[in-house]
Amino acid sequence: MSDTQQIEDRGGPAQPLLIVKGLVKHFPIGSVFTGKQVVRAVDGLDFTIDKRETLGIVGESGCGKSTASRLIMSLIAPTEGEIVFDGDLVGAAGGISLAEYRRQVQMVFQDSYSSLNPRLTIEESIAYGPKVHGTPHREAGERARDLLQAVGLAPRQYARRFPHELSGGQRQRVNIARALALRPRLIILDEPVSALDKSVEAQVLNLLLDLKEQFGLTYLFISHDLNVVEHVADRVLVMYLGKIAELGPVDDIFGRAGHPYTRALLASRPSMDPTRRRTQPPLVGDPPNPINPPSGCRFRTRCALAREICAEREPGLYEIGAGHQAACHATQADSGYGDSRRLAA
Amino acid sequence: MTTTYSSGIAEDAAPPKVAENDDTYWRAVGRRLMRDKVTLFCGAILMLMAALILFAPLVAPYGPTDGSIVRRLKPIGTPGHLLGTDELGRDMLSRLLHGGRYSWFVGITPVAIAFLVGGSIGIIAGFAGGKINMAIMRVTDVFYAFPSVLLAVAVSGSLGAGIANAIMSLTIVFIPPIIRVAESVTTGVRNLDYAEAARATGAGARSIVVVHILPNVLGPIFVYATSLVGVSMIVASGLSFLGLGIKPPDPEWGLMLNTLRSAIYSQPMIATLPGICIFMTSVCFNFVSDGLRTAMDVRA
Repeated sequence: MSDTQQIEDRGGPAQPLLIVKGLVKHFPIGSVFTGKQVVRAVDGLDFTIDKRETLGIVGESGCGKSTASRLIMSLIAPTEGEIVFDGDLVGAAGGISLAEYRRQVQMVFQDSYSSLNPRLTIEESIAYGPKVHGTPHREAGERARDLLQAVGLAPRQYARRFPHELSGGQRQRVNIARALALRPRLIILDEPVSALDKSVEAQVLNLLLDLKEQFGLTYLFISHDLNVVEHVADRVLVMYLGKIAELGPVDDIFGRAGHPYTRALLASRPSMDPTRRRTQPPLVGDPPNPINPPSGCRFRTRCALAREICAEREPGLYEIGAGHQAACHATQADSGYGDSRRLAA
Repeated sequence: MTTTYSSGIAEDAAPPKVAENDDTYWRAVGRRLMRDKVTLFCGAILMLMAALILFAPLVAPYGPTDGSIVRRLKPIGTPGHLLGTDELGRDMLSRLLHGGRYSWFVGITPVAIAFLVGGSIGIIAGFAGGKINMAIMRVTDVFYAFPSVLLAVAVSGSLGAGIANAIMSLTIVFIPPIIRVAESVTTGVRNLDYAEAARATGAGARSIVVVHILPNVLGPIFVYATSLVGVSMIVASGLSFLGLGIKPPDPEWGLMLNTLRSAIYSQPMIATLPGICIFMTSVCFNFVSDGLRTAMDVRA
């Protein structure tokens, strides 16, 4: 494909592409009977994404992954917190405008069917974004066909088809092409392969890796499938109940996990390799209610290592290796964890 | 790394269907309709009726108000009067044909107006969401709480008899249910990922509504409105029956049903003819709307 990405790299390579600061989203719920309550879907996220890296976000259902992605996509307004895109504060005077930010950040959704308008042809769906941003119809159509080629769908065969005539994998390729159509720099992939069968999943993942090279993209890859994240991510962020449990390079997370939650997640996945099997019990039960999270450490109710200190004080994000942080008292000698009596967990 | 993936982009396993390359949405709907015998049959009946009614002055053997008292209540099959005569000696066939014009008019017009008005309000409510939605829908609920026939009778009664007032009262009756359907369909579409994706591209509200919302909600709302035509005809006939709709001597099926009431024992067949017309039209409209609904379901 000759149509290469023109990146207006403003901050230089050392400037993170995305900085998320204190991102909070509380959904108000409740009625006159129950009083006002809030669901703490995302409760204080701080992280950065470097240029051309893939940050994987993993966590159980309901941990706030999707809310986080929609916040970063600015589809919903945060309760608190700010987003800095390549050094520019999003939506602020002197920063980057919301419209421009939306052009530079695009999203691929999990459900490949509901993310395509059933009444538009594949080409129309892909060309819609550029047309909205003022690209002439013809040029937008050409770009759509180029992108179809880039995602491995022959334009002559597919451009004029409708979504229901395509398979799930083909539709997800179209969604990827649609996300690329605005020449974004950051793509949020919200469980992009979770609905696909394994052979198609591998093809789409490899396509994503190829496109990343080809267009110099940065990915925020959200998934609950640890194997997939291990395959695609450079760094991994483990979320639990709206907060960061652990954040670090992919090899550290998968090899030297510091947080008991991460270790439990890793232990819960079936391994083909006997030497990698772990002795720790997998997680039991469901995450606590985000309306009323536990005091102190949020994971303590399901944690095998929980002690008194964990209920009293919320752990910070402690540095446990180079660029590797974990929110667990047990990783710290001076946290007051060492001499406390064990809680009946 | 525990999993290795093959490199390179391969085509997906599912081979593309070859035959339907130029298959547009409406062509697919048309093809599915062609397979639906009941809908086709009912559609044909409706079209035949519409044509007969439209050309009533040419088709009808007599004028709708021409009558002679000496030919009163002739049975069906009387020479010269295929469907007999009514209580004032007017030719039933001619009156039914002419009456259909009134019945269809007061049946379809309120639904058409309500489709435009209620559809717009409902789409606005569904797309806006939040407080605007709340305000519109709660006001709608107030109207919705009345039984439809009662509301029509009340409005029509306070406005007075006459065809215009009957149409207005029926329109008021049909706006709230159409708002509700339009609102729920729009809310559903608005929350689908493709609407979110459109917002994520930075598209404005107008573009999203025109490109993504309208094409996906108009069909279901239209189908629902079609199903109301039968009801509308019945209620309009009911208004006429109560003396609130069309006034005699104009022929209208509901009114004819009313005036022929006294003949129910002497000529039961003739007395029920207008009712049969109302019934057939209403049932056919319902079957056609059902068929449309099935045919327009993309995933079917």
